[in-house]
Amino acid sequence: MNAYKIIDHEYDVVVLGAGGSGLRAAVGLSEAGLKTACISKVFPTRSHTSAAQGGISAALGNMGEDDWRWHMYDTVKGSDWLGDQDAIEYLCKEAPRAVVELERYGVPFSRTDDGKIYQRPFGGMTKNYGNGTAQRTCAAADRTGHAILHTLYGQALKQNTEFFIEYFALDLIMKNGECKGVIAWNLTDGTIHRFRSHITIIATGGYGKVYYSATSAHTCTGDGNAMVLRAGLPLQDMEFVQFHPTGIYGVGCLITEGVRGEGGFLVNGKGERFMERYAPNAKDLASRDVVSRSMEMEINEGRGVGKNKDHINLHLDHIDKKVIDERLPGISEAAKTFANVDVSKEPIPVVPTVHYNMGGIPTNYKAEVLTLNGSEKTVPGLMAIGEAACVSVHGANRLGSNSLIDLVVFGRAAAKRAAEIIKPGSPHEEVSKSETDKCLQRFDKIRNSDGSTKTSELRLQMQKTMQSKCAVFRTEKTLKEGVDQIRAPYEGMSDISVKDKSLLFNTDLVETLEFENLISQALTTMDSAYNRKESRGAHAREDFAKRDDKNFMKHTLAWQNGKKVEIKYRDVHSRTLTNDVQYFPPKERVY
Amino acid sequence: MAQFSLPQNSKIEVGNYFKDKTNSKNLRKINVYRWDPSTGKNPRIDTFEVDMDNCGPKVLDILFKIKNEIDPSLTFRRSCAHGVCGSCAMNIDGVNGLACIKSHSDTNGDLNIYPLPHLRVVKDLIGDLTTLYKQYESIQPWLKVDQTGQEKTELKQSQKDREKLDGYYECILCACCSTSCPSYWWNGDKYLGPAVLLQAYRWINDSRDGDKKERLKKVADELKLYRCHTIMNCTNSCPKGLNPAKAIGSIKKMLATS
Repeated sequence: MNAYKIIDHEYDVVVLGAGGSGLRAAVGLSEAGLKTACISKVFPTRSHTSAAQGGISAALGNMGEDDWRWHMYDTVKGSDWLGDQDAIEYLCKEAPRAVVELERYGVPFSRTDDGKIYQRPFGGMTKNYGNGTAQRTCAAADRTGHAILHTLYGQALKQNTEFFIEYFALDLIMKNGECKGVIAWNLTDGTIHRFRSHITIIATGGYGKVYYSATSAHTCTGDGNAMVLRAGLPLQDMEFVQFHPTGIYGVGCLITEGVRGEGGFLVNGKGERFMERYAPNAKDLASRDVVSRSMEMEINEGRGVGKNKDHINLHLDHIDKKVIDERLPGISEAAKTFANVDVSKEPIPVVPTVHYNMGGIPTNYKAEVLTLNGSEKTVPGLMAIGEAACVSVHGANRLGSNSLIDLVVFGRAAAKRAAEIIKPGSPHEEVSKSETDKCLQRFDKIRNSDGSTKTSELRLQMQKTMQSKCAVFRTEKTLKEGVDQIRAPYEGMSDISVKDKSLLFNTDLVETLEFENLISQALTTMDSAYNRKESRGAHAREDFAKRDDKNFMKHTLAWQNGKKVEIKYRDVHSRTLTNDVQYFPPKERVY
Repeated sequence: MAQFSLPQNSKIEVGNYFKDKTNSKNLRKINVYRWDPSTGKNPRIDTFEVDMDNCGPKVLDILFKIKNEIDPSLTFRRSCAHGVCGSCAMNIDGVNGLACIKSHSDTNGDLNIYPLPHLRVVKDLIGDLTTLYKQYESIQPWLKVDQTGQEKTELKQSQKDREKLDGYYECILCACCSTSCPSYWWNGDKYLGPAVLLQAYRWINDSRDGDKKERLKKVADELKLYRCHTIMNCTNSCPKGLNPAKAIGSIKKMLATS
């Protein structure tokens, strides 16, 4: 192995990732007086939180009566009862405070007539436990994620958080089952850095790029999830992948659910508003899994739009131009740029597109990472938040605008918990050389790969397999084929080629390391899906069309060992956090 | 008269030529600036023949095609690919823009792709934005309000006051504007430049902020602000259609009338 010079750092807490959740955690940690480093492979405002459009949910009640318990009910129902209700209670109860805090940080929310935060209707968000539409999604036009991300970065600057930007994190430093820090590669000067920390918080986002067509950024490669797998820990509920109903056809660019919140609707090739048939009450504002399945069914039964009848039209040409200009300016721009559509005159061609990973690193509501060792155990020194985490508040299907609130509520919770655990300035344990060497050996081996297969070829093979075998509708046959075929790009890694051998901004190597991260998650996703023989939320099995609470009211936990994936389960929490609300028992889910 | 010559290592050389291997009938020549500091060699322009029949519509699609199929060592930043993260800002056929939303069909002939002008180049198309980020930090991009006792309620803002942020809060910090500004090229270490001044105006103009006077005072400086000579390149190059020149003009007007 090449000799790598290692630069050492010591921090109370290291946050991996500088999107919405990572920044919110970093702000809280710095405020609490903890010595905090925030490491990111991109400059913070480039993180994918910036792409969130529609809004952030919180029962503020600015636009009609609302109650966090109604929000909680909607979230439980949206999760198809796979969400842990103690965590969901925490999320919904803390949500209003977290949004007010964002507003006071400076987020430029749109406003109501009386100057309060504007709230719009969103899929699955209802009043009074499913009776009527709630306006609960707080919006900054259709650029809410961008507005929140930039504001949080400003707050982190205010708090003097130390950033390590364009550093690519390689692996966690583990010792006797505890996390002691992280090793990262500085892209801009090629040096290797070892960060020792009392707590490491993973906020690395989702892994949408295991699929061919996704609204996800190219950087959404789930690096933290893969580090957790390499540390011998499990990922949870990986089979639950959200397909957003409205990605621009052929491009994948997101068109917010806010369009339907503001009155837009879907139409099939026969000119029918087909959602009326699938969800008589909520119609176009049913939850995302329901709408995506309905669209696929229309297309599969020959009622799609276009030459190949393979997509659906999203109309907003009937909406007042003033409303579009004020509340949906960004999507008008995107529709023009990517579909050459003038939304005031024509519909936008859309198709269900991979958008969000409900699965990820299992945690409790305090953001502490969990594993299974007889029973649920926390992993000392390790936390996870945001899309990387599976708390699980989204269960089998996330409601729109519940992701942004997840970021800030649990980012804040992680900071609070870390401040409880850590005594500032307490000394760090020694890290053995073997642990560092193990990580660098992997890095060095990949850097010196001189096979004949391009990283891009293996990545494409993986993406196409996931897209065709682990899609909106799944069967025993497609999943079995998927389980077999997804091993091919994994095994292909033995012949991978990295042409650029330098250490300075070597994106050839970055993409190869990212591919190794992605393929681990592709394996666990496919195997988790194959083993769940029921339909729940985003996991729709044609051969097991019903939800099976008797056998599958449980979270999947998947460990990876080479090309083998080991699956275990843990029970869904059938309790709330406090007596402020009663457990919502499972029932049939209709919209 | 004094004669100036550029240092030897700043001369751009003719680079490698990558001939098409797909037998495509629809080829386009793409000229790309390359520089790898670890080689000790001068920068060069590589030319790639790209099969346009099997290429997506945007300039970023061309770069992906080159990186995935021809030369994996080509280095550029990219992330969202939807025009919201600001990563893939570069100089495309002489104009700064985002590769992910710029259609290559909008340009004719050979396509020339360079890093953003006047930045220290880190590698290939990647420029060093550290100075711009420091300047952004210097304008204190956070809301300043008296926090005592009121933390639990939202601040109110009328729709009219909120409208005043439109055209400013949308900035994605891609730096297309600042790196197109001759004043910023010349005095980039002292002049804040259009991107940062637009951001400064966004906070000056927020009705919730209690520090308007101080903020104005901080930028009222011959170098920080008045190096803007209304050249307007900034507004012409903004890929989000924003108007930094107007923001700068508004700051100057506020100072003149206050």
